[in-house]
Amino acid sequence: MEVLLGITGKDFTLIAASKAAMRGATILKASDDKTRQLNKHTLMAYSGEAGDTVQFADYIQANAQLYSMRNESDLSPSALAHFVRGELATSLRSRNPYNVNLLLGGVDPITHKSSLYWLDYLASLAPVPYAAHGYAQYYCLSILDKHHHPDITLGQGIKLLTLCVDELKRRLPIDFKGMTVKAVTKDGVVDIQFDDDKVVKAA
Amino acid sequence: MVGKDCVAIACDLRLGLQALTVSNNFPKIFQYGDNVFLGLTGLATDVATVSDLFRYKVNMYRLREERQIAPRTFANLVSSSLYERRFGPWFVSPVVAGLDPKTGQPFICGFDSIGCIDFAKDFIVSGTATEQLFGMCESLWEPNLGPDQLFETISQSLLNAVDRDALSGWGAHVYIIEKDKVTKRLLKGRQD
Repeated sequence: MEVLLGITGKDFTLIAASKAAMRGATILKASDDKTRQLNKHTLMAYSGEAGDTVQFADYIQANAQLYSMRNESDLSPSALAHFVRGELATSLRSRNPYNVNLLLGGVDPITHKSSLYWLDYLASLAPVPYAAHGYAQYYCLSILDKHHHPDITLGQGIKLLTLCVDELKRRLPIDFKGMTVKAVTKDGVVDIQFDDDKVVKAA
Repeated sequence: MVGKDCVAIACDLRLGLQALTVSNNFPKIFQYGDNVFLGLTGLATDVATVSDLFRYKVNMYRLREERQIAPRTFANLVSSSLYERRFGPWFVSPVVAGLDPKTGQPFICGFDSIGCIDFAKDFIVSGTATEQLFGMCESLWEPNLGPDQLFETISQSLLNAVDRDALSGWGAHVYIIEKDKVTKRLLKGRQD
């Protein structure tokens, strides 16, 4: 019941991840941050098997930062997405593959174009305008199909995200403890205040 | 699909997890020379991995031989590369289409996931809509189609086949390969 959501707009990419860290039916923590910043313009959100996720995300983050330090320039979101896919694809055919699903969002530092990449544990990579992982896909993709537009503003993006999260609160049987929301813009990654205490009643 | 001094290759654009559509912009045709094309259906991750692998192998071939790879040579490369993974295969069913650089003759062939080549002189189909595609191609295709007729034939075959398959569709890419011209067309298709 982990939730990952991503929405792109005119000059930003929004990434949201549920705050609950779960182990079986127990919620161990209600303020978990399932995101990693890879470089100034790229953010990655992850879900999947408990140990694998953080291990893999840290590995990717370290390599992205190592590249930035060595070359004094950041990899673009597209380049990073393909790098991550390569790592995940190699892992898939190994003895113990990483069970990690990812959303990778960013804004190109040169062209200022926003982008979002959907990656699952099989290392399928798809560039998409908006995306979700897990059960959230079934509830949110249809809402986004109807309301998303490629050149929405950040404000409209957050409204759209609220629409999605409300639907999840209404329909998911387990409380996911709200969302950590971050936006990538040309100026870097910013935390977005998001109202987690809003109660949505099922119909 | 084979025509008179031309060949065509086409694919849909859907990427899905069973019944859930994840993306409707996932092309499955890749170019490996002036007129050598590879279509890949199957597990999405292997489509990406295998297409990257052949890009690497064809680039190495071109550097070593200082010439472009011919479709027939490429087909044998595909076959042997897939058979290398005989007991843990890439889950893909490739299709190769191209024109022989010397004779200009059309060349098409298909493979199973472990590299058994299926040569054909009319058409090759692959993917979840295989049955529908066989039916459409069998009824629409005829020998010696010109480039424009071939485009119409392959497009109608693909579009009408994928409309009867819940797991494919969402637009299409069509390539018409002639002696010294390759035309790529994007078809919108049904978006539902």
